[in-house]
Amino acid sequence: MTSETDMTHKTLALEVNGRVVETRVPAHRTLLDALRDLGYVEVKRGCEKGDCGACAVLVDGVALDSCLTLAWTVEGCSVTTVTGLGNRTEMHPLQEAFVEHGAIQCGYCTPGLIIAAHSMLSENPSPSEADIRNGLSGNLCRCTGYTKVFDAVAKAAGAMREAGETS
Amino acid sequence: MTDTIPTGKAVTRDALRQVGRPLVRTDAVGKAVGKTMYVGDHVMQGMLHARVLRSPIASARLTRLDVSKARALDRVACVLTADDLERPLIAVDIPGQTGRARLETDQQVLVRDRVRYHGEPLALIAAETVEIAEEAMRLIEFDLEPIPGVYNPEDALQPGAPIVQGTDNVVAAQKIVKGDIEKGFREADRIIENTFQTQFVEHAFLEPEVGLGWVDENNIINLRASTQVIENFRFIADAIGVPHNRVRVRASLVGGGFGGKEDVTMECYIALLVKHTGRPIRLEFTREDSLMGHGKRHPFTMTYRTGVKADGTITALEVRLIADAGAYVFLSPYVLLYAAIAAPGPYRVDNLLIDGRAVATNNMYTSAFRGFGAAQAAVAYEQQMDEIAMELGIDRIELRRRNYLRSGDTISSNYPIESAVWTEECVDRAWAALGEPTEATGHLRIGRGVAAYQQSYGRITYLHDTSQAWVGVEIDGSVTVRSGVTDIGAGQVSALGQIAAEVLGVDLDDVAIYNSDSAVTPLAGTTTATRALYMTGNAVKVAAEALRGRLIERAAKSLGVASDGIDIADGTVFAIDDPGISMPFHELVKLSAADGIHCSELAIFRAPFSDGLDPETGEGQVHPDYVFGAHAIEVAVDVETGEVSILKSVAAHDVGRAINPTAVEGQIEGGAAQGQGFALSEEMIYEEGRLITPSFSEYLIPTSMDVPKVESIILESGTGLGPFGAKGIGEPALTPVAPAIANAVTDAIGVRVKELPITPEKIVAALHAEPT
Ligand code: FES
Ligand code: FES
Repeated sequence: MTSETDMTHKTLALEVNGRVVETRVPAHRTLLDALRDLGYVEVKRGCEKGDCGACAVLVDGVALDSCLTLAWTVEGCSVTTVTGLGNRTEMHPLQEAFVEHGAIQCGYCTPGLIIAAHSMLSENPSPSEADIRNGLSGNLCRCTGYTKVFDAVAKAAGAMREAGETS
Repeated sequence: MTDTIPTGKAVTRDALRQVGRPLVRTDAVGKAVGKTMYVGDHVMQGMLHARVLRSPIASARLTRLDVSKARALDRVACVLTADDLERPLIAVDIPGQTGRARLETDQQVLVRDRVRYHGEPLALIAAETVEIAEEAMRLIEFDLEPIPGVYNPEDALQPGAPIVQGTDNVVAAQKIVKGDIEKGFREADRIIENTFQTQFVEHAFLEPEVGLGWVDENNIINLRASTQVIENFRFIADAIGVPHNRVRVRASLVGGGFGGKEDVTMECYIALLVKHTGRPIRLEFTREDSLMGHGKRHPFTMTYRTGVKADGTITALEVRLIADAGAYVFLSPYVLLYAAIAAPGPYRVDNLLIDGRAVATNNMYTSAFRGFGAAQAAVAYEQQMDEIAMELGIDRIELRRRNYLRSGDTISSNYPIESAVWTEECVDRAWAALGEPTEATGHLRIGRGVAAYQQSYGRITYLHDTSQAWVGVEIDGSVTVRSGVTDIGAGQVSALGQIAAEVLGVDLDDVAIYNSDSAVTPLAGTTTATRALYMTGNAVKVAAEALRGRLIERAAKSLGVASDGIDIADGTVFAIDDPGISMPFHELVKLSAADGIHCSELAIFRAPFSDGLDPETGEGQVHPDYVFGAHAIEVAVDVETGEVSILKSVAAHDVGRAINPTAVEGQIEGGAAQGQGFALSEEMIYEEGRLITPSFSEYLIPTSMDVPKVESIILESGTGLGPFGAKGIGEPALTPVAPAIANAVTDAIGVRVKELPITPEKIVAALHAEPT
């Protein structure tokens, strides 16, 4: 099944969070499964239908639902998950703002929301509330009611503009 | 063990240093940077993947189930059917630490003969990969012979109706009688009657149910499970035929619950497969599995007949409640009880008759959901109050004011309320905060609504609830809390840390909290019923205070100051009158340890215990206490399309004491969104019992495009029974929202849609039915 001549599997090289990783996956494997199998479990599975956004990752800077993306199609692309944006000692302004504003409850939607916000801010560094709402409209959150999420994203946008960091 | 019951009255120490501050929750950073391991993120060497085969129809006899081809498939480890189970049943009641008698509600784990709902499990499969498990599932052959089902409670109550449960489909009945109803109606100037309906609602937590099970080196079956209730280990152990101490459940941090992870679901399947294979088993529900695999919010039909004086005083209230229990009992009797107790709302009614029944059908079974029956009752009683106001031509707020329960009054079951009742303050403040009305333009009509409520916190008192916590100090002065409480996203764990930090005079950062392990953290009970803070918060406070007392006594010796003259703050122990006389907290701990002083404490907190209600009148204590508050809403309704937008949303709740105001706001904002979905868009639709909304593209929860920003007004009477006078906010946050929206919509369009959800179609239909 996994012989080198097997046409249904392929060894892909992806850049994930700045590191090149190789993985051998069948044609039908979603990016969500491929990433989780590689240990990037911060990419969450909420529906596998493109309805919830919990699985969102950046592919070359743009947020995509990894559950609707086949792993083969992102060969050679740069993939970023929420752990690629920052860590406990050096958080990304979005992560910091989510923490400070209490925009995280169960946190299951958080990786996807932060990724979607990042994607939106790289297009539009000075979003209105309507822009923020739009940018997050593919991401469901059942706990927060979004109020603090909007505040956090607005706050982070300001911080990122100040730091000149919008990418 | 200390078992003092704190009075829970106002705080005695001069100033709170940790409690009451909007601190960053202990779990926030890990979640923000993607480093929090949820249950589904754990894997094990050699683990198998499981799947559940579900019935495609709602009412049938299983005449053939052939799993031989599935078993023969390469790399399939195990296929289980009802015939393979030693014990066919599992209990699905509220688990108790105190061994109170349970209801007779045990239900089949797998279908042996009779299918009663769409999605009822027929077989369990474990295989080397998910794909193989799914292939095996497709190889299972079965014949289902349809049998006539019954799909709404009214039909199920008819003579000759198909019987789903018991002898007459009535799975629970609840009566509450107070005063003289006939006399009350005679005294009335007007009698107003309306029937309101609510729908099947889904919890829609973002993390579908998932678990990982294995047998450890001591032959204990271990489960990591996304559950609100690790103490279901008892039911799981009984179902798989091992002693209770042979099943260990851990929940870590859970990706949302709202009542939907309260009953046993996948844990039992995993435990069975672990037992049969001896190998680690991972089972993750797909979203469709999740929507089909746990109980929903009960639809209620609620008929209110209210007698009122011309001045608006209520003289009598008769309420008929019918709840759709679905195919199995689960928590229906308790949900019905909550609805009945809450039925009059936060209003004084001296002549009362409440008559409720929960009725089995072949719909999906219904069970716990944030608000737990009381939220459905609020949908009725608050719409009824607006209807009464309209009929009598009295201002809606004024009508309420004339009828509010006041501090010291008794509730429906004739039991006095322990704490302050600040309904009036909450309604007035929320209403005022709506400010100037938005102007109507074009097709848009503007309307406003308010709803007050009464929602219990803490479990039913006759179930005898307890909770435990352990607090200890390490020699370096750091603090450890251990408690079985599960954290389902509301910050349950972090709040315990804040309480321990407050009592011991350290920072939240100095506290480490170990939680939700049924084997090694002291059992704390369920994270349900708005009880975690009240119960476990008290247990932590009691434990920390006992420990503090011992440490301060030791400090008194060293500092040469009487122990009542000593305080601890910011890691320093000092004389209150002369802060120069002091020592570092960690020094004190060292001295105490050297003296052999016990530097930890295990405490149990007991809620008030009561006996059952009077079987005739329903009189007696049901809950420890209640939360009161209100939500006010302004909407714009497009009379062409029926579209509703919420323009303003203001909540005012007396939470007793906000341990962490940011977390309280978070509950209020989340409750507002969930209540909005309940009011306007969410409905699990079953046709002949068949679910036709099996994904989030059919079942519509509010998105970032739909919700308003919510303003929270947090009032603190300090009179709750929880730590530092706290009450609770988990369920109360949701309860008034849907009726406030319903009232606002009616105010906007001048006609009432009495069935939730108030969809654009229903609004347009109602507008056309009403000649204007
Ligand atoms: S899991 Fe990908 S959108 Fe829900
Ligand atoms: S925080 Fe729980 S779903 Fe968003």
